[in-house]
Amino acid sequence: MLHFSPPFAIIPPVPSRPATIGGKRNELKGSDVSIEGVSKSFGTFTALRDVSMVIRKGEFYSLLGPSGCGKTTLLRIIAGFDDPDGGEVSLDGTSVLNLPPNERHVNTVFQNYALFPHLTVFENVAFPLRLKKTPNATVRSRVGDYLELVQLSSHAEKMPAQLSGGQKQRVAVARALINEPSVLLLDEPLSALDAKLRQHMLIELDAIHDKIGITFIYVTHDQQEALSVSDRIAVMNAGQVLQIGTPHEIYESPATGFVAAFIGETNMFEGTVESVEGTMVAVDVTGLGRILVTEDEPPAPGSKASVVVRPEKIRIDTERPAPAKRTDINFLEGSVDEPIYSGSSTKYYVRHQSGTMLKVIKQHANWSDEGPEIEWKDKVYLSWSADDAYLLGAS
Amino acid sequence: MRVVKGRGFSRTVFFLTMGFLFLPLVVLIVYSFNSAKSMSWGGFSLVWYERLFLKERNVWKAFENSLIIAVSSAAVATCLGTLGAIGVNWYKFRFKKYVQAVAFLPLIMPEIIIGVSLLIFFAGIQMKLGLLTIFIAHTSFNLPFVFLMVLARLDEFDYSIIEASRDLGATERQTLFKVILPVSVPGIVSGFLTAVTLSLEDFVITFFVSGPGSTTLPLYVYSMIRFGVSPVINSLSVVLIAGTVLITLLARNFLKYIAQK
Ligand SMILES: Nc1ncnc2c1ncn2[C@@H]1O[C@H](COP(=O)(O)OP(=O)(O)OP(=O)(O)O)[C@@H](O)[C@H]1O
Ligand SMILES: [Mg+2]
Repeated sequence: MLHFSPPFAIIPPVPSRPATIGGKRNELKGSDVSIEGVSKSFGTFTALRDVSMVIRKGEFYSLLGPSGCGKTTLLRIIAGFDDPDGGEVSLDGTSVLNLPPNERHVNTVFQNYALFPHLTVFENVAFPLRLKKTPNATVRSRVGDYLELVQLSSHAEKMPAQLSGGQKQRVAVARALINEPSVLLLDEPLSALDAKLRQHMLIELDAIHDKIGITFIYVTHDQQEALSVSDRIAVMNAGQVLQIGTPHEIYESPATGFVAAFIGETNMFEGTVESVEGTMVAVDVTGLGRILVTEDEPPAPGSKASVVVRPEKIRIDTERPAPAKRTDINFLEGSVDEPIYSGSSTKYYVRHQSGTMLKVIKQHANWSDEGPEIEWKDKVYLSWSADDAYLLGAS
Repeated sequence: MRVVKGRGFSRTVFFLTMGFLFLPLVVLIVYSFNSAKSMSWGGFSLVWYERLFLKERNVWKAFENSLIIAVSSAAVATCLGTLGAIGVNWYKFRFKKYVQAVAFLPLIMPEIIIGVSLLIFFAGIQMKLGLLTIFIAHTSFNLPFVFLMVLARLDEFDYSIIEASRDLGATERQTLFKVILPVSVPGIVSGFLTAVTLSLEDFVITFFVSGPGSTTLPLYVYSMIRFGVSPVINSLSVVLIAGTVLITLLARNFLKYIAQK
């Protein structure tokens, strides 16, 4: 078990990750980070376009977006390695733009770890303390604590070149935390690791975040990573922020088609709004016919809209499901074009008679599930609830 | 042991190469122990070593000059070259690419041109030829070697360790002394040793910029040969070879030690 006296004594052990939003956690450390209208160009290329976000004290905040969308650029501006062309970056309400990197209470875990090759693991972690001429005894106990936090106590005397990727990453985390920054920036810290280790390190990072409670800004292009640990996510594309929200909001009600497609798989059908009854919207989708969607703020009839439904929300059967008493279920028929087995689930590409393809993901059955295997060319019945789909405005 | 087909051929090539490289040296070493003055073998003797160490005052004077120039010019070139490499690596400026390209020029320029141009330069500023001019000349041709070797070392490392250092609270100065310099040590050491060697053996450039009383070892050996080859040159060569081998081995071990640290 980990036990910490000096740095973490104030924070009671947290059994599991509490919701930090709304400040349920008692002892929030770290800083609020506010980014207002930041833009940055390289020559004629615009890497960031009027980016604004407010990151709250103690939040695990992810910047998610495809490669080249400007995540690293934004992180470097927060850390102080680059200056924005315009806009403001402030920590707890105070602008930091005029401070050099060494005077910002922000530390970074670099994408390639950037460990000092000439120093041992111990001295790498001790580096910030040595700069401040901390007495040796203090250095030993502090570095010891942080090496224990990242479970590297037994590797203290190794050189970085002798470590595995996961170990290097942990040294980088310990080194970035030892200064007790109020914000920790992590630039795709797991991208160099294999899938299994990545999962493991992600859980450890999350645990560390819980333990020390400072603000984490986590850059990734892996939506699974972002969804599983973040308090909130900012989805970016081409230098712009498209949506900011909790993982649930981002996944269940994406603001744009791009967000919907980037966060997990989707089926998206374009159509025209036919009629609106309360929150129930009927959309005429070319080929598929009338599709029902519930929408809190329904669009006007006649307007263009896209119906979006996640593949795992669609039920797939080999026999026509019993006629439902509910009126909010959409039914479609089709044939399986291609089943793709992926361990715990299977993804089916189902061709509707109109030629439209639908993606359906079915979790593999346990004993309570019955029914025959669904195979290639099988005739299948698809159904989903109007509640599980949503509408995106024409774009 | 694994037997590779065609081993006979590669072995032959290997021995031919080694023979080509080292046979002249072996002949030299053998003849340094020859008691006769001519090329015929007159029996084993240390007479030329005795002569070298006890009688040839001028050889040692020239050697002293060479050493002084080699160490001082290598030291100055190492300082300047290291700073230059760090500057080029660290700062991003507009003509960076051109600076790096220009640094290569002295390496490919014929020595005789460098010698002549330095001579013209010194004559132009009316500087008396002597140890000082040799020192300046050697520093100038050593500089690009050190510069490129340190630069090569720095290029091995990602620029992000410099950013990491700043990020962790180091000022620019602390970053220089705690990260950049320690990381470049192997490059600096090999740059310095290369500079010492180049300076010790340089003949052409030194020939142009030396003056009375500033004879270096290569110049002296050349002047000795003009009066016929004395076997003292053989014994001197063997002493130099032994010294070089010793220093090379030490340097190698030192670099290995640093690399492991
Ligand atoms: N120093 C620079 N000079 C010119 N262009 C740059 C520079 N740094 C970044 N860019 C450009 O800015 C864009 C955003 O880069 P950035 O590194 O922020 O992307 P990213 O979102 O971090 O991508 P990735 O996920 O691949 O790391 C890219 O198109 C990149 O080519
Ligand atoms: Mg990046």
